[in-house]
Amino acid sequence: MRLTALFVAALFWLAPSPSLAQEAAAIVAENRDQIEKPSRQTIGPVIAALAASGDTMADDILSAWADKRLVIRKADDALLIAGPDGDGFILRNLDGSEAGAAEKADLTELKPNAGVRGLIAAALVQFTLSDPDPMRRGAALTSIARDPQPETLDALRASIPSETDPALKTQKERLGRFLTLRFDPDPSARVAAIESLGADTSLDTRAALNPLVATTRIATAGEPAGNIARPLSLGRDLTQAEAYALLVAADLAPARLTLEEQRAVLVANIVNGAVGGIPVDELNTQAARDRAYTALEAAGTVPTAATDDEAKAALAAHRFFDAYVETDPSVTAAALAALTSIDRKVGLMQAADLGLDALSLAAIYFLAAIGLAITFGVMGVINMAHGEFITIGAYTGFVVQQLVPDYTLSILIALPLAFAVTFAAGVAMERLVIRHLYKRPLETLLATFGISIALQQILKNVFGTQARPLTAPGWLDGALEFNDVVSISYIRIAIFVLALLFLCFFLYLMKRTRLGLEVRAVTQNPAMAASMGINPDRINMLTFGLGSGIAGIAGVAIGLYAKVTSEMGADYIVQSFMTVVVGGVGNVWGTLAGATMIGSLQKVIEFLNPSNTLAAQTYMILFIILFIQFRPRGIIALRGRAAGD
Amino acid sequence: MATTSSVPKYPTGGAGGVKPPASYGNRSFFARNPSALIFIACLAVFTLVVTLASEAYGGGFLSTSFVKTLGKTLCLSLVALAMDLIWGYAGILSLGHMAFFALGGYMIGMWLMYARTEEIVVTALSQGGLPATPEEVTQGIANQIFGVVGSSDLPAIWSFAYSLPLQLSLALAVPGLLALVFGWLAFRSRVTGVYLSILTQAMTLALALYLFQNDSGLRGNNGLSGLQNLPGLGQTSQDLVSIWFFWASALALGLGYLTLAWVVSGKFGSVIRAIRDDEARVRFLGYPVEVYKLFLFTLTALIAALAGVLYYPQAGIINPAELAPIASIYLAVWVAIGGRGRLYGAVIGAAFVSLLSSLFTSGRLPDIRLGPLPLNWVDWWLVILGLAFVAVTLFAPKGIGGLFDRFLRIATPDRKGAPLGPDDGSLQEQEAQQ
Amino acid sequence: MTALLEVSGVSVTFDGFRAINNLSFSIGEAELRAIIGPNGAGKTTFMDIVTGKTRPDAGSVTFGTRSLSLLGLNEAQIAREGVGRKFQRPTVFEDQTVEANLILALKAPRGPWRVLFWTPKPADMARVKALAAEVGLADHLHRKSGELSHGQKQWLEIAMLLAQEPRLLLVDEPAAGMTPAEREQTTALLVNLARTRAVVVVEHDMDFVRRLNCRVTVLHEGAVLAEGSLDHVTRDPQVIAVYLGRG
Repeated sequence: MRLTALFVAALFWLAPSPSLAQEAAAIVAENRDQIEKPSRQTIGPVIAALAASGDTMADDILSAWADKRLVIRKADDALLIAGPDGDGFILRNLDGSEAGAAEKADLTELKPNAGVRGLIAAALVQFTLSDPDPMRRGAALTSIARDPQPETLDALRASIPSETDPALKTQKERLGRFLTLRFDPDPSARVAAIESLGADTSLDTRAALNPLVATTRIATAGEPAGNIARPLSLGRDLTQAEAYALLVAADLAPARLTLEEQRAVLVANIVNGAVGGIPVDELNTQAARDRAYTALEAAGTVPTAATDDEAKAALAAHRFFDAYVETDPSVTAAALAALTSIDRKVGLMQAADLGLDALSLAAIYFLAAIGLAITFGVMGVINMAHGEFITIGAYTGFVVQQLVPDYTLSILIALPLAFAVTFAAGVAMERLVIRHLYKRPLETLLATFGISIALQQILKNVFGTQARPLTAPGWLDGALEFNDVVSISYIRIAIFVLALLFLCFFLYLMKRTRLGLEVRAVTQNPAMAASMGINPDRINMLTFGLGSGIAGIAGVAIGLYAKVTSEMGADYIVQSFMTVVVGGVGNVWGTLAGATMIGSLQKVIEFLNPSNTLAAQTYMILFIILFIQFRPRGIIALRGRAAGD
Repeated sequence: MATTSSVPKYPTGGAGGVKPPASYGNRSFFARNPSALIFIACLAVFTLVVTLASEAYGGGFLSTSFVKTLGKTLCLSLVALAMDLIWGYAGILSLGHMAFFALGGYMIGMWLMYARTEEIVVTALSQGGLPATPEEVTQGIANQIFGVVGSSDLPAIWSFAYSLPLQLSLALAVPGLLALVFGWLAFRSRVTGVYLSILTQAMTLALALYLFQNDSGLRGNNGLSGLQNLPGLGQTSQDLVSIWFFWASALALGLGYLTLAWVVSGKFGSVIRAIRDDEARVRFLGYPVEVYKLFLFTLTALIAALAGVLYYPQAGIINPAELAPIASIYLAVWVAIGGRGRLYGAVIGAAFVSLLSSLFTSGRLPDIRLGPLPLNWVDWWLVILGLAFVAVTLFAPKGIGGLFDRFLRIATPDRKGAPLGPDDGSLQEQEAQQ
Repeated sequence: MTALLEVSGVSVTFDGFRAINNLSFSIGEAELRAIIGPNGAGKTTFMDIVTGKTRPDAGSVTFGTRSLSLLGLNEAQIAREGVGRKFQRPTVFEDQTVEANLILALKAPRGPWRVLFWTPKPADMARVKALAAEVGLADHLHRKSGELSHGQKQWLEIAMLLAQEPRLLLVDEPAAGMTPAEREQTTALLVNLARTRAVVVVEHDMDFVRRLNCRVTVLHEGAVLAEGSLDHVTRDPQVIAVYLGRG
């Protein structure tokens, strides 16, 4: 750190004095010894001088040096810049003039070590930062931001005033602040830089601030030195074993014997079937082994190892702390304050992002469940093959994409086609099976199970077990990004819009059309409806077809963001039923509420336990089982006589 | 008791007179349930035949793996009995009983795996020069069992795995408690009919998903394996072990059948069939319907767990896929195909369908050529099963057992215009809506 | 006279519709009472409240000499306390024999363990036979009750109610679907029953009510409109306006 400061001071001293500029070649000649065998400790001023020379060749010389292309021609001991040319090299003099070609064997390359190359790179930055090409300047900024080095700070600062591109200028100033808050020698400048960030929540701000509050664990015998974050208490913050390991690492205590080592030592010291006088057969407890080891220690056969008591004493004699890597307390305090306010803001944004995620998941559940809500809620028919209808819809989309290569067009064809296919399948199922079982819901459940098993296997036989892709059109790629935290992919937006469309369509159909009126009439009183000239058979058939058709469309939508397999529908069936049951049977608003609740719940649980989506589903199902305890009829329940009608 | 004290005090209105002794309760159990006697006789003959044809005690006509398949089939028949009791008799279509079955298997599997690994670890450690300490053994077992999921600690749920009696009692206690708690929650809020079916399915799914995690403490989707190797019997041939388990399974099935036949033959059976047909009416008779359902749910869960305890040492491996919801659906399929509401129907259905299933999915049947299309039985068996199930539901709701009725010319009573066998669903639905 | 059942200030609302509105009602230990009222007067809801099927929003329902509140109890507990209910439609267990139906109803412990180990004693079988004989089903003991005629099912259900030995009997339209001869028999039975217990009959048929010759309570819009002898209430101008006036 101190070295960097020196180097920077040197640069400062040199940089504003262009009048003192020498030719680069001259500087090199002057410091030839140092350049041939550079050391990180001493080469700084030379590089600084080169960088500050104002000579355009300085850039080339430094880059060549860093790339190991600065060579000595063995013939005349001249220092030259080499450029690859086939098997050999083309050579140039340090002032840029041509110097012929040479074979590799004729040359000795200068090989600066990594430390020196770092210094060179930092010096080079100022050339790239002032490069006439804005693209190169941008690239230089990106590379600095990726791997911030203290050496680049001043070069960056120096390049700001001359920057002409306003966007690049803002970027440079921002990066300048990040470098300042980490590397500036003056703590007050760093604090000012931290405070100037405000509560900027972008990822790079957080990445810049986090190293400032990084901590390490230290163990000390007396008062701790350094910038202490907090004291650690044994047992609560760290275990005995961890604490002892810290002591060992800091050479404050001897290492303890591991059980494996003890065992190995004992085995090595078996004499006449006994170790330290204790028969081998009796060494089947830890206590006996400890006794045997102590006996060996006493006999001086083995080195002394820390015993439990010694270890306890050592732990008691030391204190343990979390210490900041950053030494200046004012900087850590400012960084902590900034991070806290950023965390608060980020928390809010994460909540918003979670909300978006939950909404889009809710939209998917809604799409998957609304067809079921129609058949289950409106008709009281349990269709366990609903999941397979979703799968059929997705496979329809897949087949269409095989025939129509244009993704936009194929999706536009697939949506109505999936509806038509599953509508037909639903009507066929209703006519052949379900209509015979209207008064027996449990048997409907069973029969549709049978159909589900058969359909799933047929799909597997036809399309194979591997996942088939259903590709979304290009304009649905990517995501709508509000900032680093809040974003949502366009596919999810599309699914959300589709779900909204279906909600509107369903409401319109049920409340405003003749069909909806007839469906409601048949649901409430089939006999009465029949006597008024409505054909309940036809209505049941259409309702069931409609519910199945919507499942098909849901299948296309779900297939767009998940892989299409013969089991994909089955993955949604339980969730879909839960959605309908939790929401309240027989009410589209209930389904919406159920989908929203289940979607949000799943996202929240996933957020709290991000490593484990399986556990999230487990907890969600448990929650639903408990929820049904308190609202057996769902969120939006029809009560009293109305429910029975 | 008040029953005996109340003498009829109303004028006899209709035709009266003393009739021949009532069939209710006056004759012996077997006289009232001839089918139980026939069943036990058949099972005994079957066991004898299999024993004499096995490799261990007889001619060796039956391979050891086939004896295991038959033993497993007996266990599946036992679960089917439990399913028939709760569904066929009490009308509760539970889609969670294979979860109890698998839980029982997991619990016994823990002991089998632990004890077997302990043997291996102790042997391995004693070759290192020193006899092993208990800590080393425990650590070695943990490494052996949990290395596959990247852990070296024995989870707390394995605390009793060292002891067969403890783990055996857990094999019944864990599924039993789960059934008790879940059933209490479900029945007290009067979840009935299809709602209950879906709720039990959700329970099964939740459990399966939980076990699929690596940190569930039961080795995630690797499950427990090597269960066919009985601890302490490393030298004993599987030929012998398989026939022992076959006997145990046959004994369990026989005892289970007798117990359940006794349960359903008396007043208790009358009450649960009444619950199936009209649970509201049973409530107005003063019976605590929910308590009965909970009792049945837990009892059948215990039977399922017992069947699982016997099944998985024969299967050799258990993993979370075993309690996927589809397994419980197959259980319902077996019982439906065999014939609900009669115990032998459940056994016939489970044995028939599961044996057919293992025949068709074994891959040993030759493909059939239908014109240009080769018809592979492995691929198409599930399609056939699914469609057969639909056909049974539609056209033969009494299943295979219905054939016996036809044979014995038992008249089918007219049930409220729904003559197609017991289905409480419509009634429960009506009630749920009221 | 001490009341066996005391209903006071009970109200029930279904989705904004007041089915029962501040209803108060009481009946003595051995009393026959007829409840009449137009459709939607709350007769069935009243029975639902007493038997525990519907929870009232307000009010109290007490039963027996100890004035036990029925509000916290479920249907089965109330039935065990001694409240029997006969539904309008005969509900017997059609898949089971007449004998099994009667044994189900016999007064005996109702818990699963006790039921599991219950075996019929001779006295129980005698009682079953006597009950069957009383309702004319002695010859049908071993027939499945699903095979019985509609009237026979009604009688079987009545016999099951008697087997329960309730202290309070709620009967919903007992005369529906019966032949005149059977009505005669039913009337006699109900009057006879009311000597030893309380009987509440909900009925539409005025002739039938007249033959019962008991106190009559008229319900209207979920509340008691009038109470007294049939002649008394039929002279009540309010009753004539809301009920008889329509019919």
